[in-house]
Amino acid sequence: MGLIAKGVSSTVETFKGQTLSWEVVSGAIELALHRTPCNELGSLSLSEFEHFASALDGLQPNVHALIIHSELKSGFCAGADLRELYERSRPMEKARAVREVRDFLERIHRCLNRIDSSPLTTIAAVHGVTFGGGLELALACDLIIADKTARFAFPELRLGLIPGFGGIPRLKRDVGNAVVRDLLLTGRSFNATKAQQIGLVSQVVGEGESIRVARATAAQIAKFDRQTSAAAKQFIKPIPHDELRREIDIFCDLFSKPAVQAGLKKFVENRDAQPYLP
Amino acid sequence: MPTTDKTLDEILDLAATHFKVPREKLSPDDDFFKTLGIDSLQTLDLLTKLENHFHVELPDYELQGVSDFRTLAGKIQARL
Repeated sequence: MGLIAKGVSSTVETFKGQTLSWEVVSGAIELALHRTPCNELGSLSLSEFEHFASALDGLQPNVHALIIHSELKSGFCAGADLRELYERSRPMEKARAVREVRDFLERIHRCLNRIDSSPLTTIAAVHGVTFGGGLELALACDLIIADKTARFAFPELRLGLIPGFGGIPRLKRDVGNAVVRDLLLTGRSFNATKAQQIGLVSQVVGEGESIRVARATAAQIAKFDRQTSAAAKQFIKPIPHDELRREIDIFCDLFSKPAVQAGLKKFVENRDAQPYLP
Repeated sequence: MPTTDKTLDEILDLAATHFKVPREKLSPDDDFFKTLGIDSLQTLDLLTKLENHFHVELPDYELQGVSDFRTLAGKIQARL
């Protein structure tokens, strides 16, 4: 495995990478994100997520839950690495840039679909910034447990894009259209209390408590028969494959428009104090 | 409903406590980005703290261009 050759350690039950790590604790996989400044998802994160997705089959028979959390104070995940996206796509001929973006999206969709369809009960324990791709990662999980500092947003429209990691179909699966439109079309963020009111978050907990509560939830889940839990999950959480495909197509179509490079440039070069405010 | 002055005081207290800045160093017309030395991620953190404290919802776009405590207090007051 290329990742191991680059100096990261891996066994079946543990992995320590540059952007994420995992270990099995008390019968649950704990996947920790730790790429500064706020777990932006770029090519290295994607490679390590793919490594995790491929390891998941081997891990699943021995555990009952998966907890995804961030080790960084700044938040759960600020979404795609826009700086990398801009720097990589800028010198490319447009058609090639779109092909590369499509490849990236296809790969990350495969990872998130694996998490979404895992027979394990999956929990996103979030805090702070949970924006764009970070929210999409959380939405792939069965439960979102948020501490009081968590904020959620899909700010992609200001870049001339829509969320591309499966966010819209999965958000539509979980909440009403009024919320989907508000989040998507205004790009605004909202806090954990609001997220719980609209049905996005299952529990709101004190600052710094989301991982502890996620572990307690995983311990509760462990009391149940695995196959029954998996059957229940499959029944209540269908994966919207057609819409996920359509989302990739729309994203790639939009990515070819001039507004995107202008939006990315503006974000990357922004020295204002508020680049993360929509 | 609290007065705007009371709201402003509470914002200054909260900002001082959260960002560990002496309260007496904060004034209503200060640019809070400069006075608190915060970036946009920390601003979102402050926004969440304010929403939780005042039990209001503050859409980010209403805060575009807002950089002083007094104007911020006015935005919150309008939602109390």
